[in-house]
Amino acid sequence: MMKQRQTLQPIIQFNHVHFQYDSQAEKNLIDVHFDVHPGETILIIGPSGSGKSTIARCINGQIPNTHPGKLEGTVTVNGRDVYSSSIFDLSLDVGTVLQDTDGQFVGLTVAEDIAFALENDCVEQTEMRAKVEGWSRRLEIEHLLERMPHQLSGGQKQRVSISGILVNDIPILLLDEPLANLDPAAGAETMELIKSISKQHQYTTIIVEHRLEEALLADVDRVLVINDGRLVADTTPTKLLKSNVLSEIGVREPLYLNAMKYAGLDVSSFPVLGNFMDVSLSDRQLVQIEEWARSIPKSEKPEGKGAVLEVENIDFSYTESAGAKTLSNISFSIQNGDMVSIVGTNGAGKSTLAKLICGFVQPTSGNIRIDNQETSRLSIKEIADHVGFIMQNPNHMISKTMIYDEVALGLVNRGWPEDQIRERVYEALRICGLYPFRNWPISALSYGQKRRVTIASILVLDPKILILDEPTAGQDYAHYTEMMAFIQKLNVENDMTILMITHDMHLMQEYTNRTLVFDAGKLLADTEPSAVFSNPELIQAAHLAETSLYQLGKLLPSMPAKDFISRFMQYDREVPR
Amino acid sequence: MSPANTFGYVANDTVIHRLSGSTKLIAFIALSLIVMTSYDTRFLIGVMIFSLYLFYLAQIPWKNIRILIYFVLAFSVLNLLTIYLFEPEYGVQLYESRTVLAEGIGRYTLTAEQLFYELNVAIKYFSTIPLALIFVFTTDPSEFASSLNRIGVSYRISYAVSLALRYIPDIQDSFFEIRQAQQARGLEMSRKTSLVNRITRSAQIIMPLIFNSLNRIEVVSQAMELRRFGRNKNRTWYRYRPFASKDIAALALVVGIVLIGMYLFYVNGGRFYNPFQ
Amino acid sequence: MNNNKPSSITTLVAVGIGAAVFFVLGRFLSIPSGVPNTSFETTYPFLALMSIVFGPVAGALIGLIGHAIKDLLTYGLWWSWVLSSGVTGFGYGLIGKRLRVRSGEFSKKDIVVFNVGQVVTNLVAWAVVAPVLDILIYSEPANKVFFQGIVSAGMNSVAVGVLGTLLIAAYTKTRTKTASLSKE
Repeated sequence: MMKQRQTLQPIIQFNHVHFQYDSQAEKNLIDVHFDVHPGETILIIGPSGSGKSTIARCINGQIPNTHPGKLEGTVTVNGRDVYSSSIFDLSLDVGTVLQDTDGQFVGLTVAEDIAFALENDCVEQTEMRAKVEGWSRRLEIEHLLERMPHQLSGGQKQRVSISGILVNDIPILLLDEPLANLDPAAGAETMELIKSISKQHQYTTIIVEHRLEEALLADVDRVLVINDGRLVADTTPTKLLKSNVLSEIGVREPLYLNAMKYAGLDVSSFPVLGNFMDVSLSDRQLVQIEEWARSIPKSEKPEGKGAVLEVENIDFSYTESAGAKTLSNISFSIQNGDMVSIVGTNGAGKSTLAKLICGFVQPTSGNIRIDNQETSRLSIKEIADHVGFIMQNPNHMISKTMIYDEVALGLVNRGWPEDQIRERVYEALRICGLYPFRNWPISALSYGQKRRVTIASILVLDPKILILDEPTAGQDYAHYTEMMAFIQKLNVENDMTILMITHDMHLMQEYTNRTLVFDAGKLLADTEPSAVFSNPELIQAAHLAETSLYQLGKLLPSMPAKDFISRFMQYDREVPR
Repeated sequence: MSPANTFGYVANDTVIHRLSGSTKLIAFIALSLIVMTSYDTRFLIGVMIFSLYLFYLAQIPWKNIRILIYFVLAFSVLNLLTIYLFEPEYGVQLYESRTVLAEGIGRYTLTAEQLFYELNVAIKYFSTIPLALIFVFTTDPSEFASSLNRIGVSYRISYAVSLALRYIPDIQDSFFEIRQAQQARGLEMSRKTSLVNRITRSAQIIMPLIFNSLNRIEVVSQAMELRRFGRNKNRTWYRYRPFASKDIAALALVVGIVLIGMYLFYVNGGRFYNPFQ
Repeated sequence: MNNNKPSSITTLVAVGIGAAVFFVLGRFLSIPSGVPNTSFETTYPFLALMSIVFGPVAGALIGLIGHAIKDLLTYGLWWSWVLSSGVTGFGYGLIGKRLRVRSGEFSKKDIVVFNVGQVVTNLVAWAVVAPVLDILIYSEPANKVFFQGIVSAGMNSVAVGVLGTLLIAAYTKTRTKTASLSKE
């Protein structure tokens, strides 16, 4: 694919680059050296804090312009020395799509946002119109031109952002964590889109991500692996997947590869690894995988221990908004000790359901019972003693500057005596692993730690049920594992019932015993996760994507894919990480 | 909350909607200024009828403005009463004449001059408010920024206005979410708690909103810089609508009205039309 | 975040986002007092923080734009008060020049400086500028508008004194260096 391009001059050159932010004590990049050739698609991968975003900022000029620091070595982009160029000049060579799709979308409507850079370049209206029309058609968003950002899904916003970069005919496309805010279906579509436009228009494309399996869908030529500020690998996806680099630095391997390794296949013998669709497995190898799967004993489904939450014939319609988030005739019951995932598209009603359970909004008809108690007569505050809701964005919950004060707030508001508050707060902080930090300001914590603070601030109220909105969004594999192990501990040791609103398919498979699928305000399915993954209709309705595990499962000679997935998960859970 | 509730703009195809945003902005500002300064009753009635007619032309759906109108009415009545409460004979001073209609309690008499003055104030409300409503409900928010830029506001500040409109729905969502999270933790904002308590506790909502917004400011400014906002001395506008002949006609009409208003200052020898002399 | 002065684009975005927050707070988080046109606003404590962080010009614009949008979407524009919000933001911003809030400093002395400054600002904006404009533009009776102005100045001073001081103190705490922290 990239053979003849090697002869061209590199379009991006990192020449033994060291970098240290002014605000930090240690170097963020150490001796990073690589070339990118025109037309290549490069994936930069690494755990959070590895320095991969720093590399991106060195390419688009945010270093040193927005983030000052000390740079040694040279970065050259399209013949320009980055350190002495302005962001404006560099933006004509590198188009950047930031991770935060809402921050990136600055126009009032789709059309204006696509035209934004053209407006800044003083392009005439007629020319602007033509370009906006052309690019919106190519990216299949021409029917959305008059929409405002909050009328769009995450995937649609992403497309608008990409169009807004492409209108300038820029040679280099830089995407910072494009998967972070997308559901699996939109993520897969975005990667396909990046693949097709890069190939079609000969862009040089740089994708910064920590989710390897999904990113490989973009058909990348080369992967740069960054860890602790160093470039630890610069190689093809196939070679990377055959090496041990990924497990050493804590980036998750594709699941199909795990399955192949568990089944004892020799992965080094495969000519191509990467996107599962490109991997060719022989019948003999498939049989070997199936035999391995068959040897795993199927787990017994644990019996329920009595209903802790019952939802009966709930109807709900927003009066103020355009009626997009209505719920109709929802009934289910959650057993004590359950660990349940709630999936569906944005606007399918997942968040509305959580808000109903917490009493933030009232159902138009139907009942909700928590611990056999009707919630309709209880105040938000009283319900909160039974159900804790952890919002996706910890910054929406944190209102104090010190950790102790934040965690104590709910009890202070309830007028508890100080010594009892202290006792409870310390206990919650111990459970959350934050006790050593109890006198720290919250601003000194990492994102994951902030999420734990919000959980601790709910735990002090001692609820029976915890609802978590996207508990692992935007976290790399190491942090994901840490967070989920913690939630599982709450479930097992503290006997809490856990409901998680999520798009994360790994989370569903690995940690929940049951999944509620919502679509357009209806409860479409209430079943085991593996049943969802092996049902194309449910996958589509919930905006999930086919996992490589399911694709592999479908190829097996006699075992149903659902069986294969659940056996795999069973085995995977018991493998020490 | 839907955007319709936030900004009011309702797409339609009336004469008013077809005017460019700049025309409406200029007309709104010019007419408001002349109506605010003039106390010539005849002129005010004329402008009131004119603006109510425009309001009718704009075909703004009643259900969209009902609550707004009630708000405005309550506010107007309250303000008229307050004026009376503070200066029951203010009209007497202004018009240098005193026609008592009824002796009330103490200084609270009822004079024709006071009634006339307050009538003028009321007419002012009823001529400026339709103008504001027309402007808000018939101007595409997307045209706002280019209109401001057109009348001489720098494009940076114009774009700041556009950004405000862009992020109001997002910030509103954040606000509701934050408030719910704090309520669940037992935040009490009702009158049950003392005033100082209520003020300090509102910090539980405002603090997260501020930190959220500071983050947003960083990201948005990076995104804009990476797309070259602020590189040139000016910029073009995708939604800018150039003046057409109907805009020229509308502006001529507005200039005419303003000139009449100013001419009346000269005729009346001041801002007031005085029927009592 | 660094402690340098914000860039011009950041300041401009702060104006836009700040005005949006001003609008949202003004619409959903104020405590009416009963006197027309006056309510216990949470917007001005917010404005105080923004003006101190982003400077007097940004402060003036946040007040102006935020208040104008709020008025347009509730009742017609009340120009004199919109302008006074601008003056308020500008005044708060001037106090900011004497403080070092961006580098995380807000001592007891600073609190006094801030509060003297904010009371003066509120008096100038609400007890002088707003009523004078009311008289010039609307020809309203002087004792009515001055009374309303003094009430507003007083209420805003209390709100900013209590809530504004709290917000600024909280903001400065997030700007302190973290190197000195250790686990216990």
